[in-house]
Amino acid sequence: MLEVNSLTVDYLTRGGTIRAVDNVSFSLEKGETLGLAGESGSGKSTLGLSMIRLIPPPGRIVKGEIRIDEVNIVDLPESKMRVLRGRKVAYIFQDPMTSLNPVKKIGAHFVELIRTHEPDTKKEDALERTKKVLGLLGILPERMNDYPHQFSGGMRQRIMIGLGITLNPNLVIADEPTTALDVIVQAKILDLLENLRRVYGMALILISHDLSIILERCDRIIVLYAGNMVEYASSAELHKNPIHPYTQGLLRSIPNIELSDQRLSAIPGSPPNMLNPPKGCRFSPRCRHAEEKCSLMEPSLIDVGNNHFVKCFAADNEGAAVE
Amino acid sequence: MSEIVRVENLVKYFPVQKSLLEQFFARKVDYVRAVDHVTFSIKRGEIFTLAGESGCGKTTTARVLIRLLQPTSGRIFFNDQDITQLKGERLRLLRRKMQMIFQDPYASLNPRMRIGDSIGHPLEIYGIARGGEKVKKVLEVLGKVGLTPPEQFINLYPLNLSGGQRQRVALARSIILEPEFMVADEPVSMIDVSLRTTIIELMLNFRKELGITYLFVTHDLAVAKYISDRIAIMYLGRIIELTDKKTLFNEPLHPYTQALLSAIPVPDPERRRKMIELKGEVPSAIHVPSGCRFHTRCPYAEKTCEEREPDLVPVTPDHLVACHLTRKK
Amino acid sequence: MKEENETRQSILARLIPGFVSLTKHGPSGWMVIIGLAIVVVIVVMTAIAPWVAPHDPIKSNVGPLASPPSWQFPMGTTALGQDMLSRILFGGSTMLQVSAISVLICFVIGVPLGLFSAYVGGNLDKTFSLIIDAVYAFPGLVIAIAIAAVLGPGVVNMALSIAVVYIPSYFRIIRSQVLSIKELTYVEAAKSIGAKWHSILFKYIFPNVVPSIVTVATVNFADAVLTAAGLTFIGLGVSVSIPDWGYDLTKGRELLSNGGWWVITFPGVMIILLALGFTFIGEGLSELLNPKLQR
Repeated sequence: MLEVNSLTVDYLTRGGTIRAVDNVSFSLEKGETLGLAGESGSGKSTLGLSMIRLIPPPGRIVKGEIRIDEVNIVDLPESKMRVLRGRKVAYIFQDPMTSLNPVKKIGAHFVELIRTHEPDTKKEDALERTKKVLGLLGILPERMNDYPHQFSGGMRQRIMIGLGITLNPNLVIADEPTTALDVIVQAKILDLLENLRRVYGMALILISHDLSIILERCDRIIVLYAGNMVEYASSAELHKNPIHPYTQGLLRSIPNIELSDQRLSAIPGSPPNMLNPPKGCRFSPRCRHAEEKCSLMEPSLIDVGNNHFVKCFAADNEGAAVE
Repeated sequence: MSEIVRVENLVKYFPVQKSLLEQFFARKVDYVRAVDHVTFSIKRGEIFTLAGESGCGKTTTARVLIRLLQPTSGRIFFNDQDITQLKGERLRLLRRKMQMIFQDPYASLNPRMRIGDSIGHPLEIYGIARGGEKVKKVLEVLGKVGLTPPEQFINLYPLNLSGGQRQRVALARSIILEPEFMVADEPVSMIDVSLRTTIIELMLNFRKELGITYLFVTHDLAVAKYISDRIAIMYLGRIIELTDKKTLFNEPLHPYTQALLSAIPVPDPERRRKMIELKGEVPSAIHVPSGCRFHTRCPYAEKTCEEREPDLVPVTPDHLVACHLTRKK
Repeated sequence: MKEENETRQSILARLIPGFVSLTKHGPSGWMVIIGLAIVVVIVVMTAIAPWVAPHDPIKSNVGPLASPPSWQFPMGTTALGQDMLSRILFGGSTMLQVSAISVLICFVIGVPLGLFSAYVGGNLDKTFSLIIDAVYAFPGLVIAIAIAAVLGPGVVNMALSIAVVYIPSYFRIIRSQVLSIKELTYVEAAKSIGAKWHSILFKYIFPNVVPSIVTVATVNFADAVLTAAGLTFIGLGVSVSIPDWGYDLTKGRELLSNGGWWVITFPGVMIILLALGFTFIGEGLSELLNPKLQR
């Protein structure tokens, strides 16, 4: 239901142009979970925000198309886009602490949301729907009259998720939904997202810097580095057969509690300066397999079979170029 | 003297701030019981980890131990010397042997000091080196933390560096005095995943090279498993389990530890472990539950658990657990 | 020794490219440049006045009484026949001196007071804050007038009366900055490496407070200019024998009723320009000096 083709997003800052998302293409079916994995500067948040056309200025989509249920939303007028937001696409923001209105009751958050998008809804019906959603979230209906500060961080994140799915959207984007939360709460939230996804049948994009969560919970994964999609495959395939050196490096740097005597290694160097990124392949300065051509030309996306795509010259051996 | 640090019945309570009106009506003061009778010791040369979720008191314990906060009661020993009441100049001189690395690399460096000056400042404080001699030592330590070429980094300001690099600067500042003991408070949780190992490896190297003992504080048990020798799990201000790393992960005895371990994500799409469900949420540290503070969420809670608080006792000589039920076994 | 030379050199070497780099910082950089240009021009103008002014500014009857701008007297003459152009060239000196001295006094008293009060905290801080807030609660101009009336005319006295009004602002801003910086991690880190209290205050806290001091200082300058003009306007300023824009403002008002616009306008414009110059510097600097965390 979601199709992204050659999406490119730039930020035009005073210091120069930052290409936050560079030529990214992927698709997502109903009921599927896609994970966007990457570290600081990877562009994963920008990519997520593009799906709902909420890229903050000075950012702009400069190329490509985003098709949600066949409709290209890149050039859609803002008035039509506003209708889609919440109804077709929902975005769950990173920080539940500041995303809720502290002077509004929780119930009011939901009711206002429903009645803004479906103005003919009667107040009683809106309240009924709110109670239903709160039930799915594991929140007692009496708490509808409480204010955000009366809830814990984990609960507030659930409320955010609830607000996201209330209008039954086809696509939900969750941006670092568990970052500020403890591991037990984290697991509960991710379980909740999965349950809701099964109940409502929506497509889910999960954005996180925590590769463990992405590997555990997503069907397909995009690994992003400096705005580029460097690897795109199913989670099983990515885990068994990571081809891009960055993906390999990432996997080697995550501790796995089920293994003893792990030897972890770091990726040398630092994340790239996005105002002045490296020439050619942006990962080349840190890549142990880098050759001369890597710093001269950008590699193209190569299909290595098994629905597995890699943007690296090293993958050239068997695959055929897709771009 | 194989014990470098010992903490006995450490308590730290924070009085709850009340509004003027509340103060008027309230009879007593409420306290946040951040650290509630904690006892443990750290062996020389080991990496001892305090682990737990946010609010469990691990960071406060570490800060009190290193005397950045005053304990409400209890005693702290360093090299068999009682440092609990140490003040002023004598406390300051202790700092030379006990250092700390902080969680946020973006906040722990003075934005208006060049990193060479930040790193070299400890040398000036204790009169170890000045001028050219100081610069030499700073360059040397910059090389040790992998910021090479050191001459290029010494005059930079923190804003020119990435998070990972800043944390290395913080590390450099702490080890330039070659301390005996170091507290690391979530040193890698705000750094990119692919760079974390660099910092961890550096810390491990310094242990080998300089014999530094570490108190590591973290909520990330996967990292704890990688780096620690012994781990203490904290819940609501108390240690509820303490043992060596292998035993903790293979045979966790406390129900909270078991639940915690079951919730940790594993980077493997094939393995879906079964998470142990805990009911409710972490209670407030102001109104700590009676008896065993975990009983409100424990799947095995019995009547005793509500009435009496279990002590942290050895189930085997090296495995301490605070739970009535394990003692029965 | 070598290191000290390096530091000195690096300050100078930093200043010049610093100015140039101002242009690259967008509108705030340009504000600072324009503001600086205005102030510098006025200062230079005042400084070279003795050599450049066509007439003695206080000598009366150098030209026809109260005559409008002409080729001979480009800014006209006053009711006493003094040349306005010369008076404009000389007249900024009082204002500049008064504002400079008042900023100096405020700095010397207000900043340390704010620093120590916030750092020490406790009852000392509460006491100082109470006193300062009491002063702050009074309308500024009223205090300035009261003190000026008591002390009498003169540059230093005017500066003092303005300073008293402004010290609370310095105190409050410095104090709030120190209070928040005190809690930051890098100050805690300084404590953890064993730094003594004066090291912490002067190496870690003070340098991070400087940006806000600069901002207050420039606003102080601008306000001092206007207050000095006001004091002179109501007769509490300097003596008649010194050419002063504020004084001309007063005198110009009398002429205005007779249709004479030039005696009040030119000094008025100069006062506004000078205040504007300082304000521009302050506004531009406050935007530039906020260190942006890069993530």
